[in-house]
Amino acid sequence: MKTEQLIDILSTNLAPVSEGRLKKTLLWALLVGGTAAFFLMLTTVGPRSDVAGSSFYPGYLALKLLFTLSLVGIGAALLLRLMRPGQDARKRFAFVLLPFLIVACAGVVSLRLGEPMAWGRMIFGMQWGTCLLCIPLFAVVPFAALIWALRQGAPTNLKRTGAIAGLVAGALGATAYAFHCPGDSIPFVAIWYGAMVAFCALIGAMLGPRLLRW
Amino acid sequence: MDVRSTESELRPLMIAGLDGDVFAHRTLLERLSAQLRGYFKGQLHRFGRGPVEAEDLVQEVLIAVHTRRHTYDRSQPFTPWMYAIARYKFLDYVRHTKGAITDLAIEDVQEMAAHDDNSRVESSLDLDRLLADISPKARQAIQYVKLDGLSVSEAATRSGMSESAVKVSVHRGLKALARLISKESRS
Repeated sequence: MKTEQLIDILSTNLAPVSEGRLKKTLLWALLVGGTAAFFLMLTTVGPRSDVAGSSFYPGYLALKLLFTLSLVGIGAALLLRLMRPGQDARKRFAFVLLPFLIVACAGVVSLRLGEPMAWGRMIFGMQWGTCLLCIPLFAVVPFAALIWALRQGAPTNLKRTGAIAGLVAGALGATAYAFHCPGDSIPFVAIWYGAMVAFCALIGAMLGPRLLRW
Repeated sequence: MDVRSTESELRPLMIAGLDGDVFAHRTLLERLSAQLRGYFKGQLHRFGRGPVEAEDLVQEVLIAVHTRRHTYDRSQPFTPWMYAIARYKFLDYVRHTKGAITDLAIEDVQEMAAHDDNSRVESSLDLDRLLADISPKARQAIQYVKLDGLSVSEAATRSGMSESAVKVSVHRGLKALARLISKESRS
């Protein structure tokens, strides 16, 4: 095929392109993924039932959501750059570490303030196992939605894009899980939420090059 | 190629093309093909590959630039966007071509500094064969709108599809064509 022939094809009946399509696609994926994760939480483990017994509940829920939603926000902003060629977000990449760092520091402080006797309970809570299982499980649909959205773009760094997609999906899974989670301590959130979101990011980085190639 | 001078010429062409200016889009693609040809010939020469393979890559990047042009942010410079696509496609070519080119460090991929090259070489890709591999609906839409030059409404009447269905089919067809071109040039 001659290149002129291809150029003919590409410029015949050219359709104009509207701005803001990528942003809409990404927001749509976040919305669908987040809703799916929430409903999965409702139909499997269900929302937390011991609320009446704990006066700390709203505060801890807010804290968990602050952590997970800040990850969603930072990650989504990065994805919007990563799906556009030439905007690799290399320098901004470190921003995702900020929420982890803050919650880890807060966790250490709260352990120092607490009795060493209570450390075990603070770290493991009542059901760290459920947390381990639920966050990645709830992240599956958000991850699929995000991959679909990213494929509408043109990511050129597939590993990094996959990692951030995994991170955002994991954070959405953790957001949904927070409504069930009875672990009312900062170290619990720092360790288990942090670890599971990081795990999702790792899986995303591994799958990215295969799923996002174009 | 002087990056600064081409930026000031190419970016307005890109933006006009996004708004539907056919002449600007065509001019842009022609200018890009000369630049990309120079770039890929230089890169591929080091691996003992010739101008035909370079032309495959030129065409692959042109169709990528076209089908992914909604990812260009009008407030940003054009050259880095286009260059990121060219570089991505070249690295993908290097990694996935059979019997190929191993152990190339990413750092070895040079910045785009080649000279424009206007030589006329045909790529190894056969348009008719590529078209035969996409879905009948998309193929018909591409035939009417892109090859025969019918308007979208004429194509809609002739094929019995709605106008939006024709547009979607053309878009899908071009994306399928882009995928086939990548596959073909790696084999």
